Amino acid sequence: MMKLLNKRNIILILILLAVVFPFINQNQYYLHILTLAFIWTIAVYGLNLLAGFTGYLSLAHGGFFAIGAYGLGLLTVKGGLGFWLSFLLAPLITMAIGLVIGLFALRTKEHFFAIYTLCVGYIIYLVIDKWESLTEGVRGLIGIPAPEPIGPITFTTPIAQYYLTLVIFLLVVLIIYRIVHSLTGRTFIAIRNSEELALSLGISTKKNKLLSFVLSTFFAGLAGAMYAGFIRFIGPEIAYTTITFDLLTYMIVGGIGTLAGPIVGTFLILILSQNLQFLQDYRMLIFGPLLTLLIIFSPRGIVGFILLHYSNWKTKKRMTIPKDQVKEG
Amino acid sequence: MILQTSQLTKKFGGNVAVKDVSFSIQQGKVNAIIGPNGAGKSTFFNLITGIHPPTEGQIFYKGEEITKYPANKIAELGLARTFQTTNLFERATVFDNVVVGHRLRTKSNLFDAIFRTKRLKREEETCKEKALEVLDFTGLSNVSDQLVANISQEEKKRVAFALALATEPEIVFLDEPTAGVNPDETEELALLIKKMAEKGLTVCLIEHKMQMIMSLADQIMVLNYGEKIAEGTPEEIKNNEEVIKAYLGGGSASA
Ligand SMILES: Nc1ncnc2c1ncn2[C@@H]1O[C@H](COP(=O)(O)OP(=O)(O)OP(=O)(O)O)[C@@H](O)[C@H]1O
Ligand SMILES: [Mg+2]
Repeated sequence: MMKLLNKRNIILILILLAVVFPFINQNQYYLHILTLAFIWTIAVYGLNLLAGFTGYLSLAHGGFFAIGAYGLGLLTVKGGLGFWLSFLLAPLITMAIGLVIGLFALRTKEHFFAIYTLCVGYIIYLVIDKWESLTEGVRGLIGIPAPEPIGPITFTTPIAQYYLTLVIFLLVVLIIYRIVHSLTGRTFIAIRNSEELALSLGISTKKNKLLSFVLSTFFAGLAGAMYAGFIRFIGPEIAYTTITFDLLTYMIVGGIGTLAGPIVGTFLILILSQNLQFLQDYRMLIFGPLLTLLIIFSPRGIVGFILLHYSNWKTKKRMTIPKDQVKEG
Repeated sequence: MILQTSQLTKKFGGNVAVKDVSFSIQQGKVNAIIGPNGAGKSTFFNLITGIHPPTEGQIFYKGEEITKYPANKIAELGLARTFQTTNLFERATVFDNVVVGHRLRTKSNLFDAIFRTKRLKREEETCKEKALEVLDFTGLSNVSDQLVANISQEEKKRVAFALALATEPEIVFLDEPTAGVNPDETEELALLIKKMAEKGLTVCLIEHKMQMIMSLADQIMVLNYGEKIAEGTPEEIKNNEEVIKAYLGGGSASA
């Protein structure tokens, strides 16, 4: 009971902080970084659902992020569709492409799956980079419109964009939380644990793996569309495999297969790299070894580390309670 | 006769792991499969439960041919199994491991999960109740909220049983259920297996521990190099020449 209250309070305080942040912070740049962090976190949640909870490490995730971004960009700039309609369609298109790719990719497992999806991610980059008549290639897509006003609410100021992003972000966290804590989530976890066992428990691993894959591409596409609507200029570099590896790093640092991991990892690294910007690319000299140490000492990242020590502390407490009661009695 | 195999054969490349095995599993009884290492016992289980497709032959369950069914469909029909090495989720509690065992009897999908529908809540309740029931049956109620990593080998075997039972099976296939467990605990597990049969379940198990098999089984089949070399009651098997040869002399004696 105490634990539940504590957890809920922490979440409420964090949400409150996020809501009042624009009022206590006057620096536009920080607001920009934070908005981006929310967007990246959504993409990391997608990756975590598949890699963390279902056990399939996709390295095409940055590619799907780019499909979402280009989906929104092309539908608005070249297709002439309204922002919101495009915003709705972009993640759906990403999902449809994800479904087709998933059907093939999920015939492989483990490192073969990782390598296969790495290739898929690179092909997505090539298509975006080379198909100039559609995507404008390296010139990039400019003039992506800002979200249209909904009734009296407009989204032209950075603060409005921040709140829009925050609302979608909170919705995503709620949806992910519900999926992970449902029978569907338990099914994914069973597959991650042992596909053979899951099969023999009557779980259709094929269907559920595909579901998880398609869901992960949905969140990647959604984040991509949000990114395009926020930055309003996109180029093929958003499909670089380095984006995938950034997302992967956020997930691993925060904690793969944990619910809070994507938030912790993404925010921590984005804020740290802002503060270490004076080091330029030498930042990697710090991040590299830190990441290695983290993986060695806590394979489930920062959140996994905390959870482990929290549960150890709890068992210790539980073991001491009876003694106390004996003394009292 | 609840389940029958007819001339079941499995080849892995040039290696014939199971050869022409026709066997009938008797309903409500304890059916045992014994044989030396590498005789094809686990492979035989994998064929019946749909993990591997047979190269030749057929499998019938209650008169229905299930030879080509996928493993998950076979589980739905009421065939549950455990594996030679337990592959539980060590970092989760015993209870959480077992809850998913009843998933195949539920229908909740992604929509139910996102909107937390009545159906999801109801089915989650059913799964949890089922978990409590099978944990009670397997004598694990006292460790249900412990992490699997922290329980004993024998308890892990029980969790694997519990998981299989949570699927509401009619037959359970147990692959070496007492491997790696000390003699006292083996006896405890044998009692649990007996209890499962008494409850009306059909049991089919693979074992190396002769003493246990002889006291537990109603019917025994002996495999050697993938072939059925004997079949009968424990009494018959004990006195069977071929079996004695296979166990004492190995392959060279029979060649
Ligand atoms: N997936 C597989 N691929 C290739 N060969 C296999 C496979 N599974 C089993 N075999 C081979 O089939 C033969 C029978 O193996 P199986 O595991 O069925 O024996 P077993 O009777 O269960 O032995 P044990 O008592 O050691 O468990 C062995 O030669 C084994 O190497
Ligand atoms: Mg075996």
